[in-house]
Amino acid sequence: MYADWPCPARDGRTGDEMMLGFDRQREHRLLVLAPLFEEANRFRRQIVEIMRRLDLHGIDCFCPDLPGCNESTAPMREQTLAHWRDAAKAAAAHIGATHVLAMRSGCWLAPDDLNGWLYVPPKTSRVLRSMVRARIIAAHEAGHEETGEGLLSLARASGIELAGWELGPELIAEMEREEIDYPSRQTIVDQADIGGKPLWLRTENDDDPEQADALAALVAAGMLDS
Amino acid sequence: MNAESATVEPTGPSRSEVDATLRAILADVLGLDKTRVAAFDNETGLFGHLPELDSMAVAGLFTEMEDRLDIVIEDDEVDGEMLETYGGLLAFAEAKVVEN
Repeated sequence: MYADWPCPARDGRTGDEMMLGFDRQREHRLLVLAPLFEEANRFRRQIVEIMRRLDLHGIDCFCPDLPGCNESTAPMREQTLAHWRDAAKAAAAHIGATHVLAMRSGCWLAPDDLNGWLYVPPKTSRVLRSMVRARIIAAHEAGHEETGEGLLSLARASGIELAGWELGPELIAEMEREEIDYPSRQTIVDQADIGGKPLWLRTENDDDPEQADALAALVAAGMLDS
Repeated sequence: MNAESATVEPTGPSRSEVDATLRAILADVLGLDKTRVAAFDNETGLFGHLPELDSMAVAGLFTEMEDRLDIVIEDDEVDGEMLETYGGLLAFAEAKVVEN
């Protein structure tokens, strides 16, 4: 279920990263991109549940660790959206992906030459704002005051730690700047299409078998028809 | 819109809409069903004291309130006290909506 995959590193070499996969050498092969940052943890269990169901539908599916994420030992602070996109593309080539399913902020990284599904993509600037706000709240509770503008100017200059994540200045600039145009070959999936409560809002990590059923069924219907 | 609703409805969401939206957000955040959330009154405790709740979840709650209520919450307005009871959070949300 877990294998290594050769992931391009920023210095031009490759380093092994981990990949969760259900591989029975089948025709339909899906790249699954997890959300970044905090939501990576919140969705880990749910993603495994979705992949199990896709496997039962007859679809090979693979969720790669991107550099700096999950079990990766690459420094988080050196990562950028551009580099993660390259890594996602390399992972797609490695597994011979025919489609992509990207979850939340993972949608920012989906290779644009693959057909697929984008599950409730958030705006980059909103995710950054939430992370800055989390740091301000934590600081306030600890008895010192920080401001969003102060934190962002520091972040732009030299990077910053937000809610436990080390973000480099390039990544901050990308998140402040980017308005992503998703390709029409990828279908945006809204929460209303799946039903149930959005798992990323929950104060306690949770999974939801019915939502996993619904998303896996939607993806499987699209892949097996094509 | 009929004549009656045109006379009673000011621009922007009404107080009852703010109340309904806020309950829906809390149902999502706390993972409760509609009936439990419908029973909240002003004194219903929400998060207790802030340190019990992780800051990322609180930040997510405020970002969701901004999106669904079309308001902007300034960094210096965020305070643990308004999260202690439903009434406190509702009063804050209503004030922000009127301000817009």
